[in-house]
Amino acid sequence: MAEVVLQGVGKSFGETRALKALDLTVGDGEFVVLLGPTGAGKTTSLRLVAGLERADSGTIRIGGTEVTDWPPAPRNIAFVFQQYSLYPHYSVFDNMAFPLRAPGMDLSKDEIAGRVREIARLLRIEDKLKNRATQLSGGEMQRVAIGRALVRQPSIFLMDEPLSSLDAKLREEMRVELKRIQHDLGATTLYVTHDQLEAMTLADRIGVLREGVLVQIDTPRAVYETPRDIYVARRLGSPQINILDPGVLTLDGLPPGAAQIGVRPEDVILRHDGGTPARVRAVEHLGVETVIVLDSGGTKIHALLGAAGAFAPGDTTTLGVHPGAAMAFDSQGARIAATSAPTREAAYGT
Amino acid sequence: MSARATTAHSVVEIKAAGKWFAGILVAAYALVAVIPLAWILMTGFKSPPDSISYPPKVVFEPSLEGYVNVFTNRSRQTPEYLESLGPPKAWYDKISRKRNMVITGPSRFAGRYMNSVVIGFGSTFLAVFLGTLAAYGFSRFKVPLKDDLLFFILSTRMMPPIAVAIPIFLMYRTLGLSDTILGMILLYTAVNVSLAVWLLKGFIDEIPREYEEAAVVDGYTRLQAFIKVILPQMRAGIAATAIFCLIFAWNEYAFALLLTSGNAQTAPPFIPIIIGEGGLDWPAVAAGTTLFLVPIVFFTVLLRNQLLRGITFGAVRK
Ligand SMILES: Nc1ncnc2c1ncn2[C@@H]1O[C@H](COP(=O)(O)OP(=O)(O)OP(=O)(O)O)[C@@H](O)[C@H]1O
Ligand SMILES: [Mg+2]
Repeated sequence: MAEVVLQGVGKSFGETRALKALDLTVGDGEFVVLLGPTGAGKTTSLRLVAGLERADSGTIRIGGTEVTDWPPAPRNIAFVFQQYSLYPHYSVFDNMAFPLRAPGMDLSKDEIAGRVREIARLLRIEDKLKNRATQLSGGEMQRVAIGRALVRQPSIFLMDEPLSSLDAKLREEMRVELKRIQHDLGATTLYVTHDQLEAMTLADRIGVLREGVLVQIDTPRAVYETPRDIYVARRLGSPQINILDPGVLTLDGLPPGAAQIGVRPEDVILRHDGGTPARVRAVEHLGVETVIVLDSGGTKIHALLGAAGAFAPGDTTTLGVHPGAAMAFDSQGARIAATSAPTREAAYGT
Repeated sequence: MSARATTAHSVVEIKAAGKWFAGILVAAYALVAVIPLAWILMTGFKSPPDSISYPPKVVFEPSLEGYVNVFTNRSRQTPEYLESLGPPKAWYDKISRKRNMVITGPSRFAGRYMNSVVIGFGSTFLAVFLGTLAAYGFSRFKVPLKDDLLFFILSTRMMPPIAVAIPIFLMYRTLGLSDTILGMILLYTAVNVSLAVWLLKGFIDEIPREYEEAAVVDGYTRLQAFIKVILPQMRAGIAATAIFCLIFAWNEYAFALLLTSGNAQTAPPFIPIIIGEGGLDWPAVAAGTTLFLVPIVFFTVLLRNQLLRGITFGAVRK
């Protein structure tokens, strides 16, 4: 395992600037998740690290060695692709053994079989080793794909939305599994996804990508609680943060220059004495939590409640915000650092 | 009410009617296509008088005379001479004796047939081999003027062979390639390579790049990735392409007629001119044609699953 450092890495495809001067460090044994919508440059950044694309500018270092112009093979990387990762003409065993049979590996048959079995056990696909790669369920295929990456001892794991083709339940299982495996192996991992839940649960640090620019990189909690701008604030949290005009809610202590206010749904208080009047438009029960969609003077606001709270569409209520929980953004969309984490923590007592 | 309306316009019903229509169409076409083949097959087993009788005989006494004649040269002898030879030894001697003939030796048919085999399979192998490499390059690399080059390659197929036959004839004479097996292999390869490149490029385009990239990241060279990952997945495409190339080279008539004679002549220009007594020996021609069809039928049946997937560009999965 090794540290990976990208400095000012840029990449264009014709007119499209897929990445603009990306600075990123993935520490030894760290799990970094790049989060971004489609076309943000997530796959491109992984391909640059793997050597499948040449950077137009900047340098890439793996374990202290500059590898910017190296071909893929000597970089010693394991890559889990977004799709098409298994060879349909091989069995599961042969798929997993494929990286071990690469030239220069010089492993004996027994060593290869032992290693494959060990990883198959880890991923709980031992009984599938004889299957054709095409005779697997989506979840098993993805586990084999991850297994292919794990059989080697690469300097870094690159994973391109490995869970995106799975259904919700399996995705959750695999998330837990992946985190466990990564932790056990101490594997340096660069993982990209557009799923905020994956990012929040897997990452040591989340990097938020927007049109080829790394907007912010920090621990999941820091990115969630102190987003740099409205874009980042919107990428994390479900339902999305409420972005409101300053006049909609009566708030104390707004910093000067606040053009827009961000309030997370869980920070919205209902039946707040002296709060802004609002009407309940819809109630969505999610099990433990309930999302209440409200309307206050034509502005839609989401509130997230722990309990259903006996609201029904058409009810009227009043809105407030947990003290110190509102975020202020300037006219450019950047957050004005007045509502900092400590005040939030004080407010919650955590 | 709405349920009834749905039944009346049932998708299934339309499909069934369509199926019947399609079935009848296919059967009618198959009939038209099969009749000449059936006629050839039958004629091969007729005696020469039966083969030219009018009206044509559908029921006849089968005879192997055509097959004997296509493989042999014979000469007519007087009954006294035939008497002096004693009784015929082999079954084919018996057949020719009936017509007062003795077999004087093998005909040139076997040699022509072998020429067809060597030239057909040789040029198919070369065309598919070169086509695979070129198609891979066109599919995976940035080639300057790629589209123009591909069009140029295809454009060699747009004119009828006869249009270039004279220049090629002159060129081959100068190069000493006329009436040689090598010359014919090169010529058919050149014609087939364009088809092979286009077909195979289509198949390679269908294979996601990620397969090779995964191999390259795992430490394989590009060539190894090609051999281990791409080639196995191209099997159906290669089989389909090879059959198409083989059919062309096997059936080609115009070039073969013009460029070959004594040495490298293939079966197509040879078969129709098999002369018997008093004109063409139709049973022999039909027997030769039947034998000529065998390899193509054999390979098509052998590779039919691959072919089906190949011709439909992978749309039909087994
Ligand atoms: N080979 C290529 N040729 C041209 N443009 C490309 C190429 N690869 C990527 N791009 C462009 O670069 C941008 C970033 O693409 P990238 O694949 O990195 O996005 P992504 O974040 O992985 O998106 P997704 O979530 O859809 O996978 C996109 O605008 C894309 O169209
Ligand atoms: Mg991508």
